[in-house]
Amino acid sequence: MTALAALVRRDIRMALRVGGGALIGVLFFLSVVVLMPFAVGPDLKLLARLGPAILWLGALLASLLTLDRLFMADHEDGSLDLIVMSRSPLELACAAKALAHWIAAGLPLIVATPVLGLLLDLDLLSTSAVALTLLAGTPALTFTGMIGAALAVTLQRGGLLLAVLVLPLSIPVLIFGVAASEAAISGPRTFGAPFLILCALSLISFVIGPFAAAASLRQGLD
Amino acid sequence: MTLTELANPTRFLALTAKLLPWLAAASAILLAIGLYQSATAPDDYQQGATVKIMFIHVPNAWLSMFVWGVMSVAALGTLVWRHPLADVAAKSAAPIGAAFTFLALVTGSLWGRPMWGTYWEWDARLTSVLILFLMYLGLMALWRAVEDPSRAARAAAVLTLVGAINIPVIKFSVDWWNTLHQPASVLRMDGSTLDRAFLIPLLVMALAFTLLFVTLLLAAMRNEILRRRVRTARILEAGRAAA
Repeated sequence: MTALAALVRRDIRMALRVGGGALIGVLFFLSVVVLMPFAVGPDLKLLARLGPAILWLGALLASLLTLDRLFMADHEDGSLDLIVMSRSPLELACAAKALAHWIAAGLPLIVATPVLGLLLDLDLLSTSAVALTLLAGTPALTFTGMIGAALAVTLQRGGLLLAVLVLPLSIPVLIFGVAASEAAISGPRTFGAPFLILCALSLISFVIGPFAAAASLRQGLD
Repeated sequence: MTLTELANPTRFLALTAKLLPWLAAASAILLAIGLYQSATAPDDYQQGATVKIMFIHVPNAWLSMFVWGVMSVAALGTLVWRHPLADVAAKSAAPIGAAFTFLALVTGSLWGRPMWGTYWEWDARLTSVLILFLMYLGLMALWRAVEDPSRAARAAAVLTLVGAINIPVIKFSVDWWNTLHQPASVLRMDGSTLDRAFLIPLLVMALAFTLLFVTLLLAAMRNEILRRRVRTARILEAGRAAA
Protein backbone atom coordinates (compact mmCIF):
# COMPACT_ATOMS: atom_id res chain seq x y z
CA MET A 1 0.00 0.00 0.00
CA THR A 2 2.81 2.41 0.90
CA ALA A 3 4.51 1.56 -2.39
CA LEU A 4 1.36 2.48 -4.30
CA ALA A 5 0.90 5.70 -2.33
CA ALA A 6 4.51 6.57 -3.07
CA LEU A 7 3.88 5.90 -6.74
CA VAL A 8 0.86 8.22 -6.73
CA ARG A 9 2.83 10.96 -4.95
CA ARG A 10 5.80 10.60 -7.28
CA ASP A 11 3.63 10.76 -10.41
CA ILE A 12 1.75 13.84 -9.25
CA ARG A 13 4.96 15.59 -8.27
CA MET A 14 6.63 14.81 -11.60
CA ALA A 15 3.57 15.86 -13.57
CA LEU A 16 3.48 19.25 -11.88
CA ARG A 17 7.19 19.98 -12.19
CA VAL A 18 9.09 21.27 -15.19
CA GLY A 19 8.85 18.77 -18.04
CA GLY A 20 5.73 17.14 -16.62
CA GLY A 21 3.26 18.87 -18.84
CA ALA A 22 0.07 18.10 -16.91
CA LEU A 23 -1.07 21.71 -16.95
CA ILE A 24 -0.72 21.90 -20.73
CA GLY A 25 -4.01 20.00 -20.78
CA VAL A 26 -5.80 22.93 -19.15
CA LEU A 27 -4.24 25.31 -21.63
CA PHE A 28 -5.44 23.08 -24.47
CA PHE A 29 -8.92 22.95 -22.91
CA LEU A 30 -8.98 26.75 -22.79
CA SER A 31 -7.82 27.02 -26.41
CA VAL A 32 -10.48 24.60 -27.68
CA VAL A 33 -13.24 26.49 -25.87
CA VAL A 34 -11.94 29.83 -27.12
CA LEU A 35 -11.86 28.47 -30.68
CA MET A 36 -15.54 27.52 -30.58
CA PRO A 37 -17.01 31.05 -30.87
CA PHE A 38 -14.86 31.60 -33.97
CA ALA A 39 -16.43 28.52 -35.54
CA VAL A 40 -20.09 29.00 -34.55
CA GLY A 41 -20.21 32.78 -34.18
CA PRO A 42 -20.25 35.06 -31.13
CA ASP A 43 -23.99 34.59 -30.46
CA LEU A 44 -24.14 34.11 -26.68
CA LYS A 45 -27.53 32.37 -26.76
CA LEU A 46 -26.27 29.73 -29.16
CA LEU A 47 -23.05 29.34 -27.18
CA ALA A 48 -25.00 28.89 -23.95
CA ARG A 49 -27.11 26.20 -25.61
CA LEU A 50 -24.03 24.42 -26.93
CA GLY A 51 -22.09 25.12 -23.72
CA PRO A 52 -22.21 21.71 -22.02
CA ALA A 53 -21.36 19.96 -25.29
CA ILE A 54 -18.41 22.30 -25.95
CA LEU A 55 -17.06 21.90 -22.44
CA TRP A 56 -17.40 18.13 -22.59
CA LEU A 57 -15.73 17.88 -26.00
CA GLY A 58 -12.90 20.12 -24.83
CA ALA A 59 -12.37 18.09 -21.68
CA LEU A 60 -12.51 14.82 -23.65
CA LEU A 61 -9.87 15.98 -26.14
CA ALA A 62 -7.69 17.52 -23.44
CA SER A 63 -7.67 14.38 -21.32
CA LEU A 64 -7.02 12.27 -24.42
CA LEU A 65 -4.04 14.33 -25.54
CA THR A 66 -2.29 14.19 -22.19
CA LEU A 67 -2.71 10.41 -22.04
CA ASP A 68 0.27 9.33 -24.11
CA ARG A 69 2.58 10.69 -21.38
CA LEU A 70 1.02 8.26 -18.88
CA PHE A 71 3.47 5.42 -19.53
CA MET A 72 5.78 6.90 -22.16
CA ALA A 73 7.99 8.96 -19.83
CA ASP A 74 8.41 6.01 -17.45
CA HIS A 75 9.21 3.74 -20.36
CA GLU A 76 11.89 6.10 -21.64
CA ASP A 77 13.80 6.31 -18.36
CA GLY A 78 13.31 2.64 -17.50
CA SER A 79 11.18 3.04 -14.39
CA LEU A 80 8.28 1.30 -16.11
CA ASP A 81 10.32 -1.92 -16.14
CA LEU A 82 10.90 -1.52 -12.39
CA ILE A 83 7.16 -1.06 -11.85
CA VAL A 84 6.40 -4.17 -13.91
CA MET A 85 8.94 -6.21 -11.93
CA SER A 86 8.01 -4.87 -8.50
CA ARG A 87 6.20 -6.98 -5.93
CA SER A 88 2.96 -4.98 -5.87
CA PRO A 89 0.50 -6.24 -8.52
CA LEU A 90 0.82 -4.51 -11.86
CA GLU A 91 -2.96 -3.96 -12.01
CA LEU A 92 -2.83 -1.88 -8.81
CA ALA A 93 0.25 -0.02 -10.00
CA CYS A 94 -1.59 0.87 -13.22
CA ALA A 95 -4.60 2.03 -11.20
CA ALA A 96 -2.29 4.16 -9.02
CA LYS A 97 -0.67 5.72 -12.08
CA ALA A 98 -4.06 6.47 -13.61
CA LEU A 99 -5.28 7.99 -10.34
CA ALA A 100 -2.21 10.22 -10.17
CA HIS A 101 -2.69 11.19 -13.81
CA TRP A 102 -6.31 12.06 -13.15
CA ILE A 103 -5.40 14.20 -10.12
CA ALA A 104 -2.67 16.02 -12.03
CA ALA A 105 -4.35 16.37 -15.42
CA GLY A 106 -8.07 15.74 -14.89
CA LEU A 107 -8.84 17.78 -11.77
CA PRO A 108 -7.39 21.03 -13.20
CA LEU A 109 -9.84 20.68 -16.11
CA ILE A 110 -12.74 20.60 -13.65
CA VAL A 111 -11.34 23.54 -11.70
CA ALA A 112 -11.09 25.49 -14.96
CA THR A 113 -14.68 24.71 -15.96
CA PRO A 114 -16.36 27.63 -14.08
CA VAL A 115 -14.07 30.15 -15.78
CA LEU A 116 -14.73 28.66 -19.19
CA GLY A 117 -18.45 28.54 -18.37
CA LEU A 118 -18.37 32.32 -17.99
CA LEU A 119 -16.99 32.65 -21.52
CA LEU A 120 -19.91 30.56 -22.81
CA ASP A 121 -22.54 32.51 -20.85
CA LEU A 122 -23.53 29.56 -18.67
CA ASP A 123 -25.21 30.48 -15.37
CA LEU A 124 -24.14 29.14 -12.00
CA LEU A 125 -26.47 26.14 -12.06
CA SER A 126 -25.39 25.04 -15.54
CA THR A 127 -21.71 25.48 -14.76
CA SER A 128 -21.92 23.49 -11.57
CA ALA A 129 -23.91 20.77 -13.37
CA VAL A 130 -21.22 20.48 -16.04
CA ALA A 131 -18.45 20.52 -13.43
CA LEU A 132 -20.22 17.80 -11.44
CA THR A 133 -20.68 15.58 -14.50
CA LEU A 134 -17.03 16.14 -15.44
CA LEU A 135 -16.02 15.15 -11.92
CA ALA A 136 -17.99 11.92 -12.30
CA GLY A 137 -17.05 11.25 -15.92
CA THR A 138 -13.40 12.20 -16.44
CA PRO A 139 -12.11 9.26 -14.31
CA ALA A 140 -13.75 6.97 -16.87
CA LEU A 141 -11.93 8.81 -19.67
CA THR A 142 -8.59 8.44 -17.88
CA PHE A 143 -9.07 4.79 -16.95
CA THR A 144 -10.26 3.64 -20.39
CA GLY A 145 -7.71 5.86 -22.07
CA MET A 146 -5.04 4.15 -20.00
CA ILE A 147 -5.64 1.00 -22.08
CA GLY A 148 -4.75 2.96 -25.19
CA ALA A 149 -1.73 4.48 -23.47
CA ALA A 150 -0.48 1.02 -22.48
CA LEU A 151 -0.93 -0.26 -26.04
CA ALA A 152 0.82 2.81 -27.40
CA VAL A 153 3.84 2.38 -25.15
CA THR A 154 4.28 -1.30 -25.99
CA LEU A 155 4.06 -0.50 -29.69
CA GLN A 156 6.27 2.60 -29.49
CA ARG A 157 3.52 4.52 -31.27
CA GLY A 158 1.51 7.32 -29.80
CA GLY A 159 -0.47 10.29 -30.93
CA LEU A 160 -3.07 9.70 -33.59
CA LEU A 161 -3.19 5.91 -33.28
CA LEU A 162 -3.99 6.23 -29.58
CA ALA A 163 -6.72 8.76 -30.30
CA VAL A 164 -8.28 6.56 -32.99
CA LEU A 165 -8.33 3.56 -30.66
CA VAL A 166 -9.63 5.34 -27.57
CA LEU A 167 -12.20 7.75 -29.03
CA PRO A 168 -14.88 5.12 -29.90
CA LEU A 169 -14.58 3.70 -26.38
CA SER A 170 -15.26 7.12 -24.84
CA ILE A 171 -18.53 7.69 -26.71
CA PRO A 172 -20.73 6.37 -23.84
CA VAL A 173 -19.09 8.76 -21.36
CA LEU A 174 -19.66 11.69 -23.71
CA ILE A 175 -23.30 10.74 -24.28
CA PHE A 176 -24.18 10.43 -20.60
CA GLY A 177 -22.04 13.38 -19.52
CA VAL A 178 -23.76 15.74 -21.93
CA ALA A 179 -27.18 14.15 -21.27
CA ALA A 180 -26.84 14.66 -17.51
CA SER A 181 -25.68 18.27 -17.81
CA GLU A 182 -28.42 19.14 -20.26
CA ALA A 183 -31.00 17.43 -18.10
CA ALA A 184 -29.91 19.58 -15.17
CA ILE A 185 -30.02 22.77 -17.25
CA SER A 186 -33.11 22.52 -19.41
CA GLY A 187 -34.31 19.03 -20.09
CA PRO A 188 -37.59 17.51 -19.07
CA ARG A 189 -35.70 14.43 -17.98
CA THR A 190 -34.28 14.00 -14.52
CA PHE A 191 -30.63 14.61 -13.78
CA GLY A 192 -30.35 11.45 -11.68
CA ALA A 193 -30.58 8.63 -14.21
CA PRO A 194 -27.88 9.69 -16.70
CA PHE A 195 -25.67 10.92 -13.85
CA LEU A 196 -25.86 7.57 -12.09
CA ILE A 197 -25.09 5.76 -15.34
CA LEU A 198 -22.10 8.08 -15.77
CA CYS A 199 -20.89 7.09 -12.29
CA ALA A 200 -21.44 3.44 -13.23
CA LEU A 201 -19.33 3.88 -16.37
CA SER A 202 -16.53 5.29 -14.22
CA LEU A 203 -16.79 2.38 -11.80
CA ILE A 204 -16.70 -0.16 -14.66
CA SER A 205 -13.66 1.54 -16.11
CA PHE A 206 -11.88 1.27 -12.72
CA VAL A 207 -12.13 -2.51 -13.14
CA ILE A 208 -11.54 -2.94 -16.87
CA GLY A 209 -8.89 -0.26 -17.36
CA PRO A 210 -6.18 -1.46 -14.95
CA PHE A 211 -6.61 -5.12 -15.94
CA ALA A 212 -6.45 -4.46 -19.68
CA ALA A 213 -3.56 -2.02 -19.32
CA ALA A 214 -1.61 -4.44 -17.10
CA ALA A 215 -2.30 -7.29 -19.54
CA SER A 216 -1.03 -5.30 -22.48
CA LEU A 217 2.06 -4.10 -20.55
CA ARG A 218 2.88 -7.67 -19.46
CA GLN A 219 2.40 -9.05 -22.97
CA GLY A 220 4.00 -6.21 -24.83
CA LEU A 221 7.14 -5.22 -22.90
CA ASP A 222 10.12 -7.46 -23.35
CA MET B 1 -8.54 -33.57 -35.41
CA THR B 2 -8.26 -31.23 -32.44
CA LEU B 3 -7.34 -27.58 -32.17
CA THR B 4 -3.86 -28.43 -30.92
CA GLU B 5 -3.17 -30.59 -33.96
CA LEU B 6 -4.27 -27.68 -36.14
CA ALA B 7 -1.64 -25.51 -34.47
CA ASN B 8 0.86 -26.80 -36.99
CA PRO B 9 0.57 -24.35 -39.90
CA THR B 10 1.61 -26.96 -42.46
CA ARG B 11 -1.15 -29.31 -41.33
CA PHE B 12 -3.58 -26.38 -41.36
CA LEU B 13 -2.58 -25.51 -44.91
CA ALA B 14 -3.03 -29.10 -46.07
CA LEU B 15 -6.44 -29.43 -44.44
CA THR B 16 -7.78 -26.11 -45.71
CA ALA B 17 -6.53 -26.85 -49.21
CA LYS B 18 -8.90 -29.84 -49.20
CA LEU B 19 -11.75 -27.98 -47.46
CA LEU B 20 -11.75 -24.70 -49.34
CA PRO B 21 -13.20 -25.82 -52.72
CA TRP B 22 -16.11 -27.54 -50.96
CA LEU B 23 -16.78 -24.53 -48.75
CA ALA B 24 -16.56 -22.15 -51.68
CA ALA B 25 -18.94 -24.30 -53.74
CA ALA B 26 -21.39 -24.63 -50.85
CA SER B 27 -21.48 -20.89 -50.20
CA ALA B 28 -21.85 -20.15 -53.94
CA ILE B 29 -24.80 -22.58 -54.24
CA LEU B 30 -26.48 -21.31 -51.08
CA LEU B 31 -25.95 -17.72 -52.19
CA ALA B 32 -27.53 -18.51 -55.57
CA ILE B 33 -30.54 -20.16 -53.90
CA GLY B 34 -30.89 -17.32 -51.44
CA LEU B 35 -30.64 -14.65 -54.14
CA TYR B 36 -33.22 -16.45 -56.27
CA GLN B 37 -35.60 -16.79 -53.34
CA SER B 38 -35.16 -13.15 -52.37
CA ALA B 39 -35.74 -12.03 -55.95
CA THR B 40 -38.95 -14.03 -56.15
CA ALA B 41 -40.14 -13.09 -52.65
CA PRO B 42 -43.36 -11.05 -52.69
CA ASP B 43 -43.23 -7.26 -52.34
CA ASP B 44 -44.04 -5.81 -48.97
CA TYR B 45 -47.42 -4.08 -48.83
CA GLN B 46 -45.86 -0.98 -47.33
CA GLN B 47 -42.28 -0.90 -48.56
CA GLY B 48 -42.78 -2.36 -52.04
CA ALA B 49 -39.77 -3.88 -53.76
CA THR B 50 -37.29 -2.07 -51.51
CA VAL B 51 -37.87 -4.71 -48.85
CA LYS B 52 -35.56 -6.94 -50.88
CA ILE B 53 -32.62 -4.87 -49.68
CA MET B 54 -33.27 -6.56 -46.35
CA PHE B 55 -32.04 -9.91 -47.68
CA ILE B 56 -28.59 -8.40 -48.24
CA HIS B 57 -28.63 -5.88 -45.43
CA VAL B 58 -29.58 -8.07 -42.49
CA PRO B 59 -27.00 -10.85 -43.11
CA ASN B 60 -24.30 -8.18 -43.46
CA ALA B 61 -25.34 -6.50 -40.23
CA TRP B 62 -25.51 -9.84 -38.47
CA LEU B 63 -22.04 -10.82 -39.65
CA SER B 64 -20.59 -7.44 -38.68
CA MET B 65 -21.19 -8.43 -35.05
CA PHE B 66 -20.51 -12.14 -35.51
CA VAL B 67 -17.03 -11.42 -36.90
CA TRP B 68 -16.13 -9.37 -33.81
CA GLY B 69 -17.24 -12.38 -31.75
CA VAL B 70 -14.97 -14.65 -33.77
CA MET B 71 -12.10 -12.19 -33.31
CA SER B 72 -12.73 -12.10 -29.54
CA VAL B 73 -12.45 -15.90 -29.37
CA ALA B 74 -9.26 -15.67 -31.43
CA ALA B 75 -7.99 -12.95 -29.05
CA LEU B 76 -8.57 -15.28 -26.10
CA GLY B 77 -6.69 -17.92 -28.09
CA THR B 78 -3.77 -15.52 -28.48
CA LEU B 79 -3.63 -14.29 -24.88
CA VAL B 80 -4.66 -17.38 -22.93
CA TRP B 81 -3.78 -20.47 -24.95
CA ARG B 82 -1.10 -18.87 -27.15
CA HIS B 83 -2.48 -20.77 -30.11
CA PRO B 84 -0.16 -19.93 -33.01
CA LEU B 85 -2.99 -19.66 -35.52
CA ALA B 86 -5.22 -17.49 -33.31
CA ASP B 87 -3.54 -14.23 -34.21
CA VAL B 88 -3.50 -15.23 -37.88
CA ALA B 89 -7.27 -15.74 -37.64
CA ALA B 90 -7.79 -12.44 -35.79
CA LYS B 91 -5.71 -10.50 -38.29
CA SER B 92 -7.43 -12.05 -41.30
CA ALA B 93 -10.91 -11.59 -39.84
CA ALA B 94 -10.59 -7.83 -39.23
CA PRO B 95 -10.72 -6.60 -42.86
CA ILE B 96 -13.50 -9.09 -43.68
CA GLY B 97 -15.52 -7.86 -40.71
CA ALA B 98 -14.90 -4.27 -41.71
CA ALA B 99 -16.13 -5.08 -45.23
CA PHE B 100 -19.34 -6.66 -43.91
CA THR B 101 -19.91 -3.67 -41.63
CA PHE B 102 -19.31 -1.27 -44.50
CA LEU B 103 -21.77 -3.18 -46.70
CA ALA B 104 -24.33 -3.14 -43.89
CA LEU B 105 -23.94 0.65 -43.68
CA VAL B 106 -24.16 1.14 -47.45
CA THR B 107 -27.18 -1.12 -47.94
CA GLY B 108 -28.77 0.45 -44.88
CA SER B 109 -28.41 3.95 -46.26
CA LEU B 110 -29.62 2.82 -49.70
CA TRP B 111 -32.65 1.34 -47.95
CA GLY B 112 -33.08 4.48 -45.88
CA ARG B 113 -33.25 6.75 -48.92
CA PRO B 114 -36.68 5.52 -50.19
CA MET B 115 -38.00 4.72 -46.69
CA TRP B 116 -36.91 7.68 -44.60
CA GLY B 117 -36.20 10.14 -47.43
CA THR B 118 -32.56 10.49 -46.47
CA TYR B 119 -29.36 8.51 -46.91
CA TRP B 120 -28.25 9.08 -43.38
CA GLU B 121 -30.33 9.30 -40.26
CA TRP B 122 -28.76 9.43 -36.79
CA ASP B 123 -30.81 6.39 -35.93
CA ALA B 124 -29.57 4.31 -33.00
CA ARG B 125 -28.81 1.21 -35.05
CA LEU B 126 -27.06 3.07 -37.84
CA THR B 127 -25.00 5.06 -35.38
CA SER B 128 -23.85 2.07 -33.39
CA VAL B 129 -22.94 0.16 -36.57
CA LEU B 130 -20.95 3.22 -37.68
CA ILE B 131 -19.06 3.19 -34.38
CA LEU B 132 -18.43 -0.54 -34.85
CA PHE B 133 -17.01 0.26 -38.30
CA LEU B 134 -14.71 2.88 -36.75
CA MET B 135 -13.51 0.29 -34.24
CA TYR B 136 -12.76 -2.19 -37.03
CA LEU B 137 -10.75 0.48 -38.82
CA GLY B 138 -8.89 1.34 -35.61
CA LEU B 139 -8.03 -2.32 -35.12
CA MET B 140 -6.76 -2.59 -38.71
CA ALA B 141 -4.71 0.57 -38.17
CA LEU B 142 -3.20 -1.07 -35.08
CA TRP B 143 -2.27 -4.19 -37.10
CA ARG B 144 -0.65 -2.01 -39.73
CA ALA B 145 1.20 0.24 -37.27
CA VAL B 146 3.54 -2.45 -35.98
CA GLU B 147 6.01 -4.43 -38.01
CA ASP B 148 6.47 -7.41 -35.69
CA PRO B 149 3.37 -9.62 -36.13
CA SER B 150 3.44 -11.28 -32.71
CA ARG B 151 3.77 -7.96 -30.88
CA ALA B 152 0.92 -6.48 -32.92
CA ALA B 153 -1.12 -9.63 -32.26
CA ARG B 154 -1.02 -9.25 -28.47
CA ALA B 155 -1.88 -5.55 -28.59
CA ALA B 156 -4.73 -6.20 -31.02
CA ALA B 157 -5.99 -9.05 -28.84
CA VAL B 158 -6.23 -6.78 -25.78
CA LEU B 159 -8.01 -4.15 -27.83
CA THR B 160 -10.41 -6.71 -29.34
CA LEU B 161 -11.44 -7.97 -25.90
CA VAL B 162 -11.87 -4.44 -24.55
CA GLY B 163 -13.98 -3.70 -27.61
CA ALA B 164 -16.07 -6.83 -27.02
CA ILE B 165 -16.85 -5.64 -23.49
CA ASN B 166 -17.52 -2.11 -24.67
CA ILE B 167 -19.69 -2.80 -27.71
CA PRO B 168 -22.84 -3.59 -25.64
CA VAL B 169 -22.20 -0.49 -23.51
CA ILE B 170 -21.85 1.66 -26.62
CA LYS B 171 -24.98 0.12 -28.13
CA PHE B 172 -26.95 0.84 -24.94
CA SER B 173 -25.74 4.42 -24.65
CA VAL B 174 -26.44 5.17 -28.30
CA ASP B 175 -29.99 3.85 -27.81
CA TRP B 176 -30.37 6.19 -24.84
CA TRP B 177 -28.91 9.15 -26.75
CA ASN B 178 -31.20 8.44 -29.68
CA THR B 179 -34.41 8.37 -27.64
CA LEU B 180 -33.24 11.59 -26.02
CA HIS B 181 -32.81 13.39 -29.31
CA GLN B 182 -35.55 11.93 -31.48
CA PRO B 183 -38.58 10.79 -29.53
CA ALA B 184 -40.39 9.32 -32.55
CA SER B 185 -38.34 6.83 -34.49
CA VAL B 186 -39.13 6.41 -38.16
CA LEU B 187 -38.79 2.71 -38.36
CA ARG B 188 -39.67 0.06 -35.83
CA MET B 189 -38.36 -3.33 -36.74
CA ASP B 190 -39.72 -5.07 -33.67
CA GLY B 191 -43.29 -4.02 -34.43
CA SER B 192 -44.01 -6.77 -36.88
CA THR B 193 -43.02 -10.38 -36.96
CA LEU B 194 -41.59 -11.48 -40.24
CA ASP B 195 -43.77 -13.49 -42.59
CA ARG B 196 -42.53 -16.93 -43.63
CA ALA B 197 -42.19 -15.73 -47.22
CA PHE B 198 -39.52 -13.33 -46.01
CA LEU B 199 -38.08 -15.38 -43.19
CA ILE B 200 -36.94 -18.41 -45.22
CA PRO B 201 -34.95 -16.48 -47.85
CA LEU B 202 -33.48 -14.37 -45.06
CA LEU B 203 -32.29 -17.43 -43.16
CA VAL B 204 -30.85 -18.97 -46.35
CA MET B 205 -29.01 -15.73 -47.07
CA ALA B 206 -27.72 -15.54 -43.49
CA LEU B 207 -26.39 -19.08 -43.75
CA ALA B 208 -24.85 -18.34 -47.16
CA PHE B 209 -23.12 -15.21 -45.84
CA THR B 210 -21.79 -17.10 -42.82
CA LEU B 211 -20.37 -19.81 -45.09
CA LEU B 212 -18.92 -17.08 -47.28
CA PHE B 213 -17.25 -15.58 -44.23
CA VAL B 214 -15.75 -18.94 -43.23
CA THR B 215 -14.47 -19.46 -46.78
CA LEU B 216 -12.96 -15.99 -46.98
CA LEU B 217 -11.47 -16.29 -43.50
CA LEU B 218 -9.75 -19.61 -44.25
CA ALA B 219 -8.45 -18.29 -47.57
CA ALA B 220 -7.17 -15.11 -45.91
CA MET B 221 -5.53 -17.16 -43.15
CA ARG B 222 -3.72 -19.27 -45.76
CA ASN B 223 -2.50 -16.10 -47.43
CA GLU B 224 -1.34 -14.67 -44.11
CA ILE B 225 0.59 -17.83 -43.23
CA LEU B 226 2.26 -17.84 -46.63
CA ARG B 227 2.99 -14.11 -46.33
CA ARG B 228 4.69 -14.69 -42.98
CA ARG B 229 6.75 -17.53 -44.45
CA VAL B 230 7.88 -15.25 -47.26
CA ARG B 231 8.76 -12.59 -44.69
CA THR B 232 10.80 -15.05 -42.61
CA ALA B 233 12.53 -16.39 -45.72
CA ARG B 234 13.43 -12.86 -46.80
CA ILE B 235 14.85 -12.01 -43.37
CA LEU B 236 16.91 -15.22 -43.41
CA GLU B 237 18.07 -14.44 -46.94
CA ALA B 238 19.10 -10.92 -45.93
CA GLY B 239 20.94 -12.31 -42.90
CA ARG B 240 22.78 -14.83 -45.09
CA ALA B 241 23.71 -12.13 -47.60
CA ALA B 242 25.07 -9.93 -44.84
CA ALA B 243 27.12 -12.74 -43.29
